[in-house]
Amino acid sequence: MSETGILKPGHINGETGTWEMVIGLEIHAQISSKSKLFSGASASFGAEANSNVSLVDAAMPGMLPVINEFCIEQAVKTGLALNAKINNVSVFDRKNYFYADLPQGYQISQFTKPIVGEGEIIIDLDNGKQTTIGIERLHLEQDAGKSLHDQHPSKSFIDLNRTGVALMEIVSKPDIRSPQEAGAYVKKIRSILRYVGACDGNMEEGSLRADCNVSVRKSGEEFGTRCEIKNLNSIRFIIQAIQSEAERQVDILESGGKINQETRLFDTSTGETRSMRSKEDAHDYRYFPDPDLLPLEFSDSWVQEIKKTLPELPDSLKKRLVNDFEITPYDASILVEEKDYVDFYQKAAKGQDGKLTANWMITELFGALKKENLTLSNSPISPENLGKLVSLISKGTISGKIAKDVFAEMMTSKNSPSDIVKDKGLEQVSDDTEILKLIDKVISENKDKVNDYLGGKDKLFGFFVGQVMKLSQGKANPGIVNNLLKEKLK
Amino acid sequence: MSNKNTIVDIPTVNKIARLSRLDIPEASKQSLTNDLNNILGFVAQLEEVDTSDVKPLASVTGHRLPLRSDEVTDGNIEDLVLKNAPESSSGFFVVPKVIE
Amino acid sequence: MSDLLKFDLLSASIALKNKEFSSLELTNAYFEAIEKTSALGAYLEIIKDHSMNMAKASDKNINNGTSRPLEGLPIGVKDMFCTKDIKTTASSKILENFCPTYESTVTQNLWDDGAVMLGKLSCDEFAMGSSNETAAKGNVVNPWLKNSKMSPGGSSGGSASAVAARSALAATGTDTGGSIRQPAAFCGVTGLKPTYGRCSRWGIVAFSSSLDQAGPLTRTVSDAALMLNSMAGYDKKDSTSANLEMPDLMNYLDKGIKGKKIGIPKEYTQDGISQDIVKFYEKSINWLKESGAEILPVSLPHTKYALPVYYIIAPAEASSNLARYDGVRYGKRNEAASLDEMYEVTRGNGFGEEVKRRIMIGTYVLSSGYYDAYYLKAQKVRRLIKEDFDNVFEEVDYILTPSTPTTSFELGQKQDPLTMYLNDIFTVPASLAGLPGISLPVGLDKSGLPIGIQLIANSFDEPGLISTARALERSAEFNFIPDGAAT
Repeated sequence: MSETGILKPGHINGETGTWEMVIGLEIHAQISSKSKLFSGASASFGAEANSNVSLVDAAMPGMLPVINEFCIEQAVKTGLALNAKINNVSVFDRKNYFYADLPQGYQISQFTKPIVGEGEIIIDLDNGKQTTIGIERLHLEQDAGKSLHDQHPSKSFIDLNRTGVALMEIVSKPDIRSPQEAGAYVKKIRSILRYVGACDGNMEEGSLRADCNVSVRKSGEEFGTRCEIKNLNSIRFIIQAIQSEAERQVDILESGGKINQETRLFDTSTGETRSMRSKEDAHDYRYFPDPDLLPLEFSDSWVQEIKKTLPELPDSLKKRLVNDFEITPYDASILVEEKDYVDFYQKAAKGQDGKLTANWMITELFGALKKENLTLSNSPISPENLGKLVSLISKGTISGKIAKDVFAEMMTSKNSPSDIVKDKGLEQVSDDTEILKLIDKVISENKDKVNDYLGGKDKLFGFFVGQVMKLSQGKANPGIVNNLLKEKLK
Repeated sequence: MSNKNTIVDIPTVNKIARLSRLDIPEASKQSLTNDLNNILGFVAQLEEVDTSDVKPLASVTGHRLPLRSDEVTDGNIEDLVLKNAPESSSGFFVVPKVIE
Repeated sequence: MSDLLKFDLLSASIALKNKEFSSLELTNAYFEAIEKTSALGAYLEIIKDHSMNMAKASDKNINNGTSRPLEGLPIGVKDMFCTKDIKTTASSKILENFCPTYESTVTQNLWDDGAVMLGKLSCDEFAMGSSNETAAKGNVVNPWLKNSKMSPGGSSGGSASAVAARSALAATGTDTGGSIRQPAAFCGVTGLKPTYGRCSRWGIVAFSSSLDQAGPLTRTVSDAALMLNSMAGYDKKDSTSANLEMPDLMNYLDKGIKGKKIGIPKEYTQDGISQDIVKFYEKSINWLKESGAEILPVSLPHTKYALPVYYIIAPAEASSNLARYDGVRYGKRNEAASLDEMYEVTRGNGFGEEVKRRIMIGTYVLSSGYYDAYYLKAQKVRRLIKEDFDNVFEEVDYILTPSTPTTSFELGQKQDPLTMYLNDIFTVPASLAGLPGISLPVGLDKSGLPIGIQLIANSFDEPGLISTARALERSAEFNFIPDGAAT
């Protein structure tokens, strides 16, 4: 390492120069349907082994698939939300391979003609900028079951509950250029999916997982050989894994080696990727159209009907919040992460200072909820009450500092802010006469410091302000204290 | 039948057998290869047909893919699902371990 | 032997309703017949107690006057149909002890209509074959020229043999490239493959999904109509099932064919067809003319490509459909140290040679680099074959062809696979086009073996097919019974 200065994200320095990362993500999102994609068994999480399994899922002889209409709708809805082309005719293909958690010996997926084509989304970067990431396609496919390899030294245990659950695979173009961008991309996709209602985005439960394709190159060169890191189930791991993998590749290339195209797994304990044991001709999937299913066809008018059911999406909402409530794009982007954040905010900020409401929600409320392990949906503070709190601050009834105490009380008591202020007598003192009284008292008790101040020790001003506030039990209006003190201490 | 065609050889046959997870005894490999070559030689006559403007036949039925409404109508039949299993334990199918 | 065996399905149905005999008596007569003809090897599984209970229940209904269309009639079931709690093996070692916990839609339809199950009939393993020589438990013998040990055809050889031998009153079969029609021709019985989508495939062991169809094997055309009435019907559990009503086929038996146009495709007369078959083909053409039909020469130009198309598509689909036979969840398992080894040994051991050959072909034609040249190409030529039929059906109402190029041959000839495939040359095209076809016996050849003639109709025109077949059957007056029959 010979470079000095701060590296741009997604860049790695080597002896021979600076390398940049090229990243593409394949996100598998479990559709939040009640039943599976091609069978009527439940798609719910956490059931006892093999209880959410029908004869179709178990691939008994003579069993046949029948497609779930809801899953098709969600795929179309998601495609529309990704600004993507909806393919009115798509085909289900069989992806053939052998594994114990794949009872049919093939996965029903879509290969040549997916239900959704190219699209794009805008993501927010840390530096406040935005960038567009292209979507290659979205297709429907079956999930596989689960194998437990650690229950027995020589045997594996197979649970088919997840077999056949509907997945949308969202494939990005290789437009992502840093681990952080990848994190932002996943966050945005997750947000969109939750808005649309197609997927709950719960990465811990496996509703959302990502495979990352990573390669490195010198600026201006062709794409390098990529490796795929499979089954990452948290944004933190995604970022770590991509960074680690890119560094691994740079090390190899810097020492004159070549990258083998292979599939790798991320070891969360070591923070590094390792190769999955590659098998010869492992990946000839022999895709062909599933003869048990006919091509999926729907009309433009049906797609338009689906479009009407789309909620307002994050990007549009963000613009509107910035315009209507005069908040910063940054604050808006946090608020639109979840639909219920927006709903809460809009109720809270109605008729209030938009920016102030945003601050209180993002900094104070979210912080407090996190501490108590609560979500917004079970917030003890209602949006209306938060709005009222903001109103009290705006009107000058209480100071920002006092408001924090009121807020803390609201978290535990569920009382309205005005009630709390009244009960505790926390109204801000804004009456000039009252404040002058306090100022006079402080001045009279601190004559020597006054002289020091008048003699040039400007920093003592803060001391006087502090004393007045203390005397007023924090209720004095700091702005007025400031102005009157300035006058008095001339 | 004499083996006029050599579209596949034994190494290719080994590859296909591996993809299909079929254990082929060494002694039968040559005759299997011959059989496959005869069949593949036979089907090769399709090359004569001009299909430049022809779309593959997706289905003979002429109807659209029927849709099912999203309801849970199945499952909760662990007993039936496991009934014919050569080996099962505590509600799981049991298989020899995948050697990673 | 019992006189009861002389009744065909329709007349037995009437006799039962008239209480001339009971279902129990009839079923017992069939069990005796099964025993008498056991050397034919048609049956794999007989469940006497179960059958008796069904017969008794039918007798109750008959006595109550609540008879259903097939009440009390003893039927054999090809072992490709999953029958609840009754062993279903697809004639394969790999399913040797498989007991489905469910019933196929088609057989359930039969039991719902009151039929009695006699047992499971042998077939070629996984329905792959044209001679019933690939069944795990051994060959089935044609009851014709019983001492010569002839092939009953395949894959529904057990079904055809049993119906011909009178050890089943009727039987279910499956037809993918001719597996109902060809054995029907070899055994001198009637075999009907309906339009693709008429019968549900749910619960039938899948061989080639875009081709498989269930259908009846019976003694007469009327019997076939009666059986298909019950077997057919929309099933929402099968996405390829046709949501179309089929009219009562019994109403079409006597419609006749006056004014109907019958096409004679020039591509179906060629070298290699036995002379006797050509003779009866010409006779059949005349019979239909005499019945008032108009005979027209037609052309199905892509006929010769039907077999190569079939032997790409069917193995391709089969290679994928048979992947589930892996020893994990059901069937036979050969233990091994690792999962992959277990797969290879289980499947290598559990599947017979023909099945393995077809899986290998199928895997190859779908594999990377070959898909376009083989599978995709075959699907394109398939469209041309279908279009040939579409064009011809603009000019004619039905197509008449021989069912097979030869009559039955001796078992154990160990023909090489390709030669065996040529048996299906006349039946495969209608399969690829998804069209309904029926084979009925029209005469005997010089050696005394039955000759079958095939009629093909347009999609979903089973009514017309029945009318035409009945007219031909009337003229042919085929009343022969094989020497190996139980009667």
